[in-house]
Amino acid sequence: MIPRPETAHWFAAAVSLLIGLLLVSEAIVGTEVFRRRAWRAYLFPSVVVVSSVGLWVITVFSTFSTMHLLAHAVWAQAALVAGAVELAIVRGKLRSPNWSLVPAFALLASGFAFLVHEPNTWLYSRSAFLHHAIGWMLVVVSIFPLLQALRPRQVAWRAGFALTFVLLAVLLFADRDAAPIFGRFGAGGP
Amino acid sequence: MSSEIATSIPREDEREGTVRRPWRALAVQLLGPLTILGGLVWAVAQPYRIVLLDRAGQGIYDYLFQAPLLVVLVGLAFTVLIAPGLVEDLEVEEQRDPTA
Repeated sequence: MIPRPETAHWFAAAVSLLIGLLLVSEAIVGTEVFRRRAWRAYLFPSVVVVSSVGLWVITVFSTFSTMHLLAHAVWAQAALVAGAVELAIVRGKLRSPNWSLVPAFALLASGFAFLVHEPNTWLYSRSAFLHHAIGWMLVVVSIFPLLQALRPRQVAWRAGFALTFVLLAVLLFADRDAAPIFGRFGAGGP
Repeated sequence: MSSEIATSIPREDEREGTVRRPWRALAVQLLGPLTILGGLVWAVAQPYRIVLLDRAGQGIYDYLFQAPLLVVLVGLAFTVLIAPGLVEDLEVEEQRDPTA
């Protein structure tokens, strides 16, 4: 009854797309308007915390490989910490913009986890290609929350952080367990 | 003429049905439909991703998680649950502070 990896990745992609849409809309209307209704303010951190619980469930089933188990545990923990910090910010318990360093670290750790747990080279298969692409993407985009900590009023960093999740969703939706990298046009794959 | 009869002519932009839609409200309203459109285009481009159209040898998860339909579902959820309230709050904010 355990779903295939590609199925789990598509579900994660849907959650990432939802988070992306929430953050993009927040970047458009501004944080003040977005948080005018309490349920909307708590939605993003709640989705992240619930996702971390889902990632812990996946971690439990990742017994086929030590690296996969560790990587999923890192993602689950990173999401849990980032979600908890965001909840505390919305609640007003944490006020310093420096707390944006936590999601920056979470993205960086997640990126390295993606890169480390993929044993194959870029062109081995679509799954390998996407793991490398997502890993490096997360490492690079961790600069956005880092810059948010340094210049919190700059909309560009907020928009970049939001679009990160949309791009992550696109890459995760493209995942297949066994497929050439670029479909019928591409190299790699079985 | 009595002022009770001669009232001022209502301004063009205050008439019912001609509510001003600034770009931010429009952008928020477009996010969901564009996502739905993306999912539908994907479903047309890769119909084999829709299990309902190709049922041979499929399991329960294949029915639950059909990638293009997940995209449509997320877009639909945003359009119905998030965008209307957000646009409403944005319009209240802009009426309060027109320079916003």
